[in-house]
Amino acid sequence: MNKLNLPICPSASWTPEVLDKFYIEIEKIAQEKLKLYDVYPNQMEIISSDQMLDIYTSVGLPVGYSHWSYGKQFVRESEAYKHGRMGLAYEIIINSSPCIAYLMEDNTTLLQALVISHASFGHNYYFANNYLFKQWTSPDSIIDYLVFAKKYISECEEKYGIIEVEEVLDSCHALQLYGVDKYKRPPKLSMVKEQQKQNEREENIQQQVNELWRTIPKDSQSKDNTESTKFISEPEENILYFIEKNAPMLEPWKREIIRIVRKMSQYFYPQRLTKIANEGFAVHTHHEIIHELYDQGFLTDGQMMEYYDINSAVIGQQPYHSKWFNGINPYALGFSIFKDIKRICLDPTEEDRECFTFAGCQDWISVTQDAVKNYKDESFIQQFLSPKVIRDLKLFSVVDDSSDDEMLISAIHDKKGYRHIRNVLSQSYAMSEYVPNIQVYDAKMDKDRTLILRHYINNRRLLNNTDTLDTMKHIRRLWGFNVELESVNEKNEMLVKYTVTHNTTSIDVNKK
Amino acid sequence: MSYIFIDRRKDNKNKNVVNRQKFLDRVKSRVKEAVQDAIKNGNIADILSKKRENVTVPAKDIKEPTFTHSSGGFKERVYPGNKQFTTGDRVPRPPSGEGKGREGSNSGEGEDEFSFTISRDEFLHYLFDDLELHDLIKKESLHIDEYQMKRSGFVPEGDPGRINLLRSMHNSSARRRALKTPKKKKIKLLEEEKLTLLLALELTSIPEEKSNILLRIEEIDTELSNLKRRLDNVPFIDTIDLRYHNYVKQQIPITMAVMVCILDTSGSMGEWEKEMAKRFFMLLYLFLTKNYKKIELVFVRHHTEAFEVDEEEFFNSRETGGTMVSPALTLTHNIIKDRYPLNKYNIYVTQISDGDNYRHDNEPTLDIIKNKLLPIVQQYLYIETTKNGPGMLWNEYGHNLKDYDNFSMAKIEDDNQVLPVFREVFKKR
Repeated sequence: MNKLNLPICPSASWTPEVLDKFYIEIEKIAQEKLKLYDVYPNQMEIISSDQMLDIYTSVGLPVGYSHWSYGKQFVRESEAYKHGRMGLAYEIIINSSPCIAYLMEDNTTLLQALVISHASFGHNYYFANNYLFKQWTSPDSIIDYLVFAKKYISECEEKYGIIEVEEVLDSCHALQLYGVDKYKRPPKLSMVKEQQKQNEREENIQQQVNELWRTIPKDSQSKDNTESTKFISEPEENILYFIEKNAPMLEPWKREIIRIVRKMSQYFYPQRLTKIANEGFAVHTHHEIIHELYDQGFLTDGQMMEYYDINSAVIGQQPYHSKWFNGINPYALGFSIFKDIKRICLDPTEEDRECFTFAGCQDWISVTQDAVKNYKDESFIQQFLSPKVIRDLKLFSVVDDSSDDEMLISAIHDKKGYRHIRNVLSQSYAMSEYVPNIQVYDAKMDKDRTLILRHYINNRRLLNNTDTLDTMKHIRRLWGFNVELESVNEKNEMLVKYTVTHNTTSIDVNKK
Repeated sequence: MSYIFIDRRKDNKNKNVVNRQKFLDRVKSRVKEAVQDAIKNGNIADILSKKRENVTVPAKDIKEPTFTHSSGGFKERVYPGNKQFTTGDRVPRPPSGEGKGREGSNSGEGEDEFSFTISRDEFLHYLFDDLELHDLIKKESLHIDEYQMKRSGFVPEGDPGRINLLRSMHNSSARRRALKTPKKKKIKLLEEEKLTLLLALELTSIPEEKSNILLRIEEIDTELSNLKRRLDNVPFIDTIDLRYHNYVKQQIPITMAVMVCILDTSGSMGEWEKEMAKRFFMLLYLFLTKNYKKIELVFVRHHTEAFEVDEEEFFNSRETGGTMVSPALTLTHNIIKDRYPLNKYNIYVTQISDGDNYRHDNEPTLDIIKNKLLPIVQQYLYIETTKNGPGMLWNEYGHNLKDYDNFSMAKIEDDNQVLPVFREVFKKR
């Protein structure tokens, strides 16, 4: 074969100069061949395996406030690593600007090239262009905000005691998934502004909350009127936000901590919704770049073999009956879809032409970038999962209905089943599937200040009683007064009611 | 687009120390229980040989609750790798926790208990909880730089002696399969084509066709021999397959200490007194292991005479008769002088007794301690195990030695006092 260039580094051990040369070639390919122009500046940090374990624990962030649950996570990860149950990731990437990627020092030359392509171009492009990330995160100020949060929380520990702070954090963490605005854009973060604002907030909020008390009507006449008035007109899905702004007796610093947890949760929200597409695109990107590097002669045959060995492990999908089966591998599903988008654009079959308007358009780069920019997992699967991918992965869907003593195979990878499987798979990545839909319904501000939550039942799935009461105890700790939660079905009938007061818990089942 | 590489390997590696400590504090009572159990159930050697101690915490102690669904209701899920189902099949529900119903529990919720190990240092930390260790150690304690080789993963280049066969062969087999399969496929196709051509050759009688076929067969033959040659050229093992064990050099600081145990084995020392002595020595040993890599033990028992013995004999022999302390101290001093140069060893002497001594021996005893031992030892501990009030030594030592910084004494009067007394003597400074 005619190769234009000599391999950059045939040896497996690399030097900083080697990484530099690779970066330049990779960037050239990423831009000229894949048109990945719009990315954040790259900052690649070389770290040891100990440091990698550290970063695992802090959910991949370079700084973070300390909390026992991260210690638990760290103990778990390092035990698994020590006992050989788990290898370490080759790379971790942070949605920030500059975009920070961690490269393990133990990685071979080929792996470093792979990781730079995967993280610093694949993920980086995804972060910089996907609509959810653009809408919900502020990559240029996240690191500053983390520094602010860490400092603020350790100051609180000094002022109010470690235990006290830990309790507030425990309670906030219990509500992490309920600290997200799904429709409103949060304001941009900035450390300086955040510190100023924090001081102002501390002074103002307590006054505002006290304001509420003054509105309590004094004469009994108007009291009757307020009975029917709700404190909030629309249910609020951001429970942490509601508590931060409305808890009657909460000290200002606790409100600030709630806010910190809320901001963090908001920052991670897009990552939860784009696992498949984000990982799929990153694998797709490194796959294209590594092949191009090889074609241009920058990689040796041996390095290419190494690549196939690694890549097949990354994108392997265990069948449901395997003892290694651990759900659908997001890398496998995501990569299969992106690979198939390219095939459909370049070399479509009759079947593809029926399903996809872009079939045969040849411009796979634009179609791929559209898939990156405008979709989350749910819609990405709905839009791009092709019959061929369903066939290749031999997907099938199973109905598990507790009113039936057996399970039903509802569709398999045949002509009748494609659409159904696509719908079910897409739906399974909707947040409502795994996070129960619970919102603040009302707060009896004019009475005993009970906080009333509502669980909107979907598909007859009720709540786990123990977890619900345990979580409500945390809500009670933050709110300061009693908390009730009603599970309500589609017909607006209340089925279960949970109540938590300062020393009792109860569950009432509506026997109807 | 701008970019930058930063080498962080030299940066702090222990970002999680605080988090880990907070976690341990959270489960402190469980960790302490585990430590106490280990002390209660194990003997000195077992505890010392273990590098780490296992701690199990019930999952509910460290649960992080959040709202979750219960198992009932309607669910529909997609799974990969169908092999026998068709639409409309009904299958029995697998028992919960197994098979398809299961989603990976990465979050770890759903486990009954959470096990982890604490390091030897943490073990000792919880055992000796709040003792001020640092002050006890000779500041200029000796460090001899030594190296040890530690395994650290696999590398593709290295010393032939360190080859890892399993990994190398795994790579070799994968590579051979990848390189050979397409060629084998092609050979098979060509051979099939050749067979059909030979058949056609039999059947046809048109000379033009015959020569065409022969031409093609010739082509196929050259291609076949080419392919076969290339197939044979795929090496069984190639340098790119090879994997070697990697070793890194690690520095080990060594500090050495000698612990001299002096025990009164005269008739007045009963089983209980000895048991207490044993526990105390054990704690001291553990305590020292926290700070010294290597500890040598010297056992001296005495009644009116003193002998150096091994551990077995030390705790198990019984003597009768009276007690004299000074011979034991003289022997101790001689042993140290002969075998343990002061520039290499830190020396700890512990004397355990019920407090008896011949009256005329008090003078020489105090003299040896004051003038010969205290100037050279790190710490001299006197522990009296007695249920019958202070013995003679208690008063003598108390009057004459209490001003020396490296002398401490304490009394053990019942079983539960060993640990508190231990703390007491070490807290003194």
